[in-house]
Amino acid sequence: MSTAEFILFWLFAALTCGGAIAVCVSQNVVRMAFSLVLTLGSTAVLFLLLGADFVGATQLLVYVGGTLVLIVFGVMLTATGPFTRIKSSAADGILSGLIGVIFLFIVASTVTSVRWVDTDEEQGVASKVAFGTHAKTVEGGFNPVQQGNTTRQLGLSFLSIRPDRDLNLGVTRASTEEPKLSVGYLLPFEIVSVHLLVVLVGAAYLARTKRRTKS
Amino acid sequence: MDTLLAANSLAEYLHTNGVPVVGPLDESTAMIVAAVVHVALVGAWFGLPAGLFIWAERKISARIQDRLGPTRCGGKFGWLQSLADGVKLIQKEDLVPKDADGLMFRLAPYIVVVASFVGYIALPFSDGWAAMTLDVGLFLTLAVLSLEVLGVILAGYSSGSKWALFGAMREGAQMVSYEIPMAICALCPIITAGTLNLNEVALLQSGGAWNWNILHPFNFFAFFVYFTCATASCKRAPFDLAEAESELVAGFLTEYSGFRWSLFFLAEYASMFLVSGLAVVLFLGGWDDGLGIITAIKAAFPDGLGNFIANVIGLKVFLVKSSILVCVQIWVRWTLPRLRIDQVMTTCLKYLIPISCFLFAGTVAYPLVLAKMFGQTSIIGAPAGERLVQPGVARKTTSLESNGISPAGVQVSSASAERSQP
Repeated sequence: MSTAEFILFWLFAALTCGGAIAVCVSQNVVRMAFSLVLTLGSTAVLFLLLGADFVGATQLLVYVGGTLVLIVFGVMLTATGPFTRIKSSAADGILSGLIGVIFLFIVASTVTSVRWVDTDEEQGVASKVAFGTHAKTVEGGFNPVQQGNTTRQLGLSFLSIRPDRDLNLGVTRASTEEPKLSVGYLLPFEIVSVHLLVVLVGAAYLARTKRRTKS
Repeated sequence: MDTLLAANSLAEYLHTNGVPVVGPLDESTAMIVAAVVHVALVGAWFGLPAGLFIWAERKISARIQDRLGPTRCGGKFGWLQSLADGVKLIQKEDLVPKDADGLMFRLAPYIVVVASFVGYIALPFSDGWAAMTLDVGLFLTLAVLSLEVLGVILAGYSSGSKWALFGAMREGAQMVSYEIPMAICALCPIITAGTLNLNEVALLQSGGAWNWNILHPFNFFAFFVYFTCATASCKRAPFDLAEAESELVAGFLTEYSGFRWSLFFLAEYASMFLVSGLAVVLFLGGWDDGLGIITAIKAAFPDGLGNFIANVIGLKVFLVKSSILVCVQIWVRWTLPRLRIDQVMTTCLKYLIPISCFLFAGTVAYPLVLAKMFGQTSIIGAPAGERLVQPGVARKTTSLESNGISPAGVQVSSASAERSQP
């Protein structure tokens, strides 16, 4: 990690945490929503810094562009006064503090249980710390950053080709033998998509205007 | 590296080859220099169209209404009018209403500006001339464009005024719903090309007008749906009811004045150009001139000055195409009456979304049906996969390809073409 990346990482990490704290401290709902923009947007930048630009873009699209707009709409539609304020009692504080500590424990135990040295050396998808100049240039091709880092590999995984496993099989265009490829993620992806569709239809059904039968 | 492709490769170039006097830079310095260069270039282009197109809008609207428009400022055609407007706007007082949430009110214009500025990251102006050539190019651009609505809603909400709140609600509802058909229609040429990388999408259309995506029957209609939605997402008439003067004073802009007000318009004109540029890259061949001249120059000079000149010509072609689309937006604004809010929502939800879904399904099925019936995946021009491996069109193979696996979409189209030939 070069100095510039180091500085950028800490800057956006600080913004992420600062935004999160501001959400808790602030009492004005709209300001809380804006602090969430800061937190979620900075998280997206952290993903981009890791070289996971697909996840970063998804973070922007789903959380900042989608969920947050929904939250702001909800606030605007349910607010009774012009600038709604939330006041929380001491019990709320204790309860949420407890939940926060539990989550911190879960995250910390997860982080410490991974052997990061191994993942760095593996040609894994997410472990490429390659934003910019360390990326090795492939002769006559894009470097990993220009390949979209993880995007192409993710896309191929959905088509049942796992670049992290299958690329080292020594398969060439000339070989006639059918290579043994790993199983991709097409089926799980389709199942999840259909689930989402069911949820959407269900939501539309619940939200529709109920017609009253004429008696 | 044969060309300087992206911020990363400019940084890489500065790091490995160095600059003439100083020599190789270290990684951080190279990255910062590359970032500054790109921000300066994109920033210049961010500011320029606003001035240019505001002048064009004044002139075109005047001509449509049988007036002269600006005539004096800056000589014959009033071409310095935008500059005069800018100077006037900066001098105005920066008002914040008493009832407003001051911090949010001041921040909102910057969110809008940042959203449309960041949208330029992945837009290629010529072969490889993008701030970043990303494989998530279109996805990232659409994601960033969806952030603009946040600034608008914040502006309306924090103004503490009913007009502003109404305007923001309308605008929010409109932008959020028009995003859906816009994204689906933008995906149609992506399916045809088989990549989200905007640079590759444009490269696949190079070589002549017969290769452009707009000649694909489903993409042809997708282009018009996309352009309608893009106009709506830029808050342009006939979808400008967020700022409907006759009912809402000026919508979410009501309380804004001076510089902050002009920031909103800077962002509006910049995103007008951005969505037009996206339309050009996705449907209209990007920087391709339509006759194959640029491709021929590139094939003759794969490296060095000739290639650079071809890129410069491509840049001009791209700018002209995009500007024409922006002028269409201006033309539509001054000739079509504004829709009502319920009509706007009906157009989107009941017509545009089903149409775009149909076009999406059609684009997916089209190459399969053609391959089954006629044995090739496109009627006019070569299949996309063959175009990619043509010499001079796209010489950059990825490392995945060199390992025997080509990018997904390309593989599908070329495979089905090969299979059909005995």
